[in-house]
Amino acid sequence: MKPLKIIVLAKQVPDTRNVGKDAMKADGTVNRAALEAIFNPEDLNALEQALRIKDMMPGSEVSILTMGPGRAAEIIREGLYRGTDGGVLLTDRKFAGSDTLATSYAISTAIRNFEYDLIIAGRQAIDGDTAQVGPQVAEKLGIPQVTYVEEVEKIDASGMVIRRRLDNGVEHVKAPFPVLLTVHSSAPDCRPRIARNVMKYKHARTLTELQDATEDYTRMFNDRPYLKIREMGVDDIGADVEALGLSGSPTKVKTIENVVFKAKESKAIDSSDSEIEKLIVELIENHTIG
Amino acid sequence: MNNIIVYCETNGNSVAEVSLELLTKARSLAGQLKVDVEGVLIGSNLKDLEKPLFAHGANVVHKVEDARLEFYQTLPHASIICEIFAKEKPQIGLFGATTVGRDLAPRVASALKSGLTADCTSLEIGDHYEKKSDTTYKDLLYQIRPAFGGNIVATIINPDTRPQLATVREGVMKREELATPVKGKVKTWNVADLVKDTDFAIEIIERHVEEKKVNIKGSHIIVAGGYGIGSRENFDILYELADVLGGEVGGTRAAVDAGYIDHDRQIGQTGVTVRPKLYIACGISGQIQHRAGMMESSMIISINTDPNAPINNIADYVIIGDFAEVVPKMIRYYKKNSK
Repeated sequence: MKPLKIIVLAKQVPDTRNVGKDAMKADGTVNRAALEAIFNPEDLNALEQALRIKDMMPGSEVSILTMGPGRAAEIIREGLYRGTDGGVLLTDRKFAGSDTLATSYAISTAIRNFEYDLIIAGRQAIDGDTAQVGPQVAEKLGIPQVTYVEEVEKIDASGMVIRRRLDNGVEHVKAPFPVLLTVHSSAPDCRPRIARNVMKYKHARTLTELQDATEDYTRMFNDRPYLKIREMGVDDIGADVEALGLSGSPTKVKTIENVVFKAKESKAIDSSDSEIEKLIVELIENHTIG
Repeated sequence: MNNIIVYCETNGNSVAEVSLELLTKARSLAGQLKVDVEGVLIGSNLKDLEKPLFAHGANVVHKVEDARLEFYQTLPHASIICEIFAKEKPQIGLFGATTVGRDLAPRVASALKSGLTADCTSLEIGDHYEKKSDTTYKDLLYQIRPAFGGNIVATIINPDTRPQLATVREGVMKREELATPVKGKVKTWNVADLVKDTDFAIEIIERHVEEKKVNIKGSHIIVAGGYGIGSRENFDILYELADVLGGEVGGTRAAVDAGYIDHDRQIGQTGVTVRPKLYIACGISGQIQHRAGMMESSMIISINTDPNAPINNIADYVIIGDFAEVVPKMIRYYKKNSK
């Protein structure tokens, strides 16, 4: 069978495990600039599945499509370091404020500009945990979806056999091409960077990133076309501005509350033997335990 | 028209717990809105499964039956729900935040161009004033969920699109049967009008439904550990305490991610929600995502070296100390004092 064209959807996310006070803007949207940006963990599981398929079917092409601010070009570079063939950064101020529906509209509109047999995304991103963009992209492209994927087990011309991890079990399905998969965190971890790829691609840049470069750098860049990371905006993908950003987003954030803990009368005790024995006896007497 | 429709999952011969919880919640929302609750059942042999739906407050049950619908599949279910929603025009559509609901609801929302909020922990009815357009929206569904790694709680609304769609995690809402079931109506749909042959593009080859071996949800006593436990081996002492008390062991997402404990024991927003009689939190700081999954426990004991750990604020007893020292003492004194 012929090699496959695979698009991996990946997102640069704020590392929500380390959130400071300035993480939210006044309008309730996330101030991404204030947080360390990382490759969304489950998107790395997705990338690994794509690279495994490429290993199985030499000649297949894997490219990453990411949407975000200029610095999300890092996601494309990270992919190149690990073995992808290229990538596209979808970036435009007009995308800002998009909810999952507007985001999936933008991504699906971009994808229509490319040939693909297979789209693979992480199940969900850690900044929102919604798991909505994958299925919504599939719906907009009119292709089937397989979510909670743990492994692509077999591929032939008629399609793929895929193992899914469900709430209480496992399901094996056969899916035709084209199809969109979302990969679960129980799937194999992503392979590490390949040293020679890091050497080759560490200077890969978008044209925006290149603006501040020196002349020498620009010359080197022009001699090596593989260093160019493609950027696309609203006009390049042919999207309707009204369907993007806040105007294209049916969900609105009404209020944001920083988490305030409701204090409750709690009784502090120390870890001495007598205190703990007293507590245990009390719990036994009031039938909480025993 | 304008009612609340709950997508009800079935597992073989019964209706999923989360769907009955949603019906219970929908009943109270519908009371405020003065509308009816409707349920949808899709399957190959639904028998009289509408009964539990009526018992939990559904006024109408939509039944869609076909041999090809034995197991859940995205495309046919999405087509069916989109068609029913288009015809019945509900103002609210609710789904469980299960592997089924989280697969189905986004596809439906995209097709209907409606707003969807995932993994809600609370649903309320309220108004909204939009300054920009000087418009007041009456009786919107407030979809409340922790977001951004649990550091905030967001209230999401869909002012302009209908239905307002939400998924809700299992165990978050209370299930309550009515004293007298509703004398509701069954509406049977013709499958051929709802699904296309191309909806069966994906073929299920094999399924093993593994009953969850671990049943932390059903346990009255839970001993839970966080990232602070430090290793898989260190969890052993928690299992020992759970064992003598007749309870189960759970963990936070951080502990699961670190590989200290298996995923099926994860408690919190992205794990299971529990309401045990006693919850013993060991080395757990108490991020809201975790607390969302355990804060309704009848009694909470926190064991933590940090006196300022957020979880202490919701604990009934706070033991300041190292779990490795405290837990063995609890085991010892339980054995000594229990009959």
